Amino acid sequence: MTTKLTDIAGVIRSKNAGPYELTLDIIFKDRTVYDAVVAADAINRNLISRLYRISEADVLELVAFDPAAAIKITIRRPRTAGDVGETDVYGAQQHAPLLGVVLDLPRPA
Amino acid sequence: MDEIRILSPTAILGYGFPESSFQAGLAREPHLIAVDAGSTDPGPYYLGAGVSFTDRQAVHRDLRHMLVAGRLRGIPVVVGTGGGAGAHPHVTWTREIIQQIAREEGLSFRLAVVHADVAKPVLLEALDAGDLGALHPGPEATVEDVVESTHVVGQMGVEPIVRALDLGADVILTGRAYDPAVFAALPIRHGFDPGLALHLGKILECAAIATTPGSGSDCMLGVLRRDHFLVEPLNPERACTVTSVAAHTLYEKTNPYRLPGPGGTLDLTATTFDQHDDRVVRVAGSRFVPADRYTVKVEGARRVGYRTVSIAGARDPIFIAQVDEILAAVRSRVADNFAHIPATDYRLLFHVYGKNAVMGPLEPHGEPGHELGIVIEAVAGTQELANTICAFARSTMLHHGYAGRISTAGNLAFPYSPSDFKAGEVYRFSLYHLLRVDDPSALFPVEIAELTAEPVS
Repeated sequence: MTTKLTDIAGVIRSKNAGPYELTLDIIFKDRTVYDAVVAADAINRNLISRLYRISEADVLELVAFDPAAAIKITIRRPRTAGDVGETDVYGAQQHAPLLGVVLDLPRPA
Repeated sequence: MDEIRILSPTAILGYGFPESSFQAGLAREPHLIAVDAGSTDPGPYYLGAGVSFTDRQAVHRDLRHMLVAGRLRGIPVVVGTGGGAGAHPHVTWTREIIQQIAREEGLSFRLAVVHADVAKPVLLEALDAGDLGALHPGPEATVEDVVESTHVVGQMGVEPIVRALDLGADVILTGRAYDPAVFAALPIRHGFDPGLALHLGKILECAAIATTPGSGSDCMLGVLRRDHFLVEPLNPERACTVTSVAAHTLYEKTNPYRLPGPGGTLDLTATTFDQHDDRVVRVAGSRFVPADRYTVKVEGARRVGYRTVSIAGARDPIFIAQVDEILAAVRSRVADNFAHIPATDYRLLFHVYGKNAVMGPLEPHGEPGHELGIVIEAVAGTQELANTICAFARSTMLHHGYAGRISTAGNLAFPYSPSDFKAGEVYRFSLYHLLRVDDPSALFPVEIAELTAEPVS
């Protein structure tokens, strides 16, 4: 069963986590679907590395955070925040590739 | 003391708050009014140049409400990371605003100023001793970066603020501080659990951002008890929900379970979030795990040159189809025309909005839009050279004869005359490292000043 990430997540956002990292938060609308996504390992390092065209080693953290029904991914920033060549000082507009994600989740039992 | 109530008026001093929310907070008889004024998010310029990213009049407005209420009720007011970056010029700027308000409102109080500037000899000695460590995935510190930094600050923990409270301060203004520290110092001084106090501080430092609908310019109340805390928005139009509060724990952090700070890590693996009532969330189980060695995060910025930018649009589809080739030709024409200037003396950059300007190398989408915004940027060792490179690139791009060109009168649409803008000094973060220290307070001297209202004549 394919599901658009934007249909099951209420928040999809990006932000600096210090000047060396970008962090992506996906907060799901309900716990059942969050549990299904986590159980299926549907958001994984390989997906993020393909979406952002980076190596899996540059996906620094990928954590499921149960209290918020959220998955948090932290990647290496292409450059230190504010260095010459910067495109997004706050890192607040780096979430867009996640908006097009379609997940293949098992049908609920 | 079984309960400490803390009023956080706004996410950043100067971002404002509704007076009605602030009054609702005062009606709950808080023991502390505290606010965080700082962030590194606006980038290295503000730390490097010694300038606040918030506006003076907006800061004056917020501080006036806080200081008047604090003095009227005899409760401490703590302002963290004065002036946004918390180095000497930022703290001085904020201190002058506090002094101005004291004069205008006839307030008398004991002011503690806690400085956070880290002297270069201290850093060089630490670098030499291996006590200035990199923060993964950042680079190792270098002697040159230390020496060339215009300002270096350390993020203080609660200890220097506790010391200022011990000295009887009514108002505390700090240099760079760990955001939660301004909220957690008073309760930790009264023996409350540091894990709960710091976790509450993490939420309060963003005020009503952890509510729904969230806002960075509205008030939040924290009620800290011995084994849990409650967070509650003070505007009846907002509510704290388990999701809004738990989700905030994710914000701007690498890993939501382990939040490193001065002297240890806030461990949230056993934290519980429960809906206390419709608008209030109860949090328990957060633990502070002290580190083996106390570390202070240091932040520094150094000047790398001067910037000039020019902003233009392009609407011609033939131009847009070959924009990469055109930019390469312009770059090459600039280098050729100024062949006597070493290529290392300047940098010429193009930000092509409509084509990867926002995400750069991370962009997966290939097709440009029907129109492009082009920002031409030159960074050089002097403002004059930056102006020269930017202007020449701009005029070259305007009249460049690309293949298949039909529109021969000009390639660019400029929204402004003049078309070029001097953006001034350019900085970069030179330090964002961990400094190992023996004494958590030694780097952060407390200065006491008595402010006395002048008699009304």
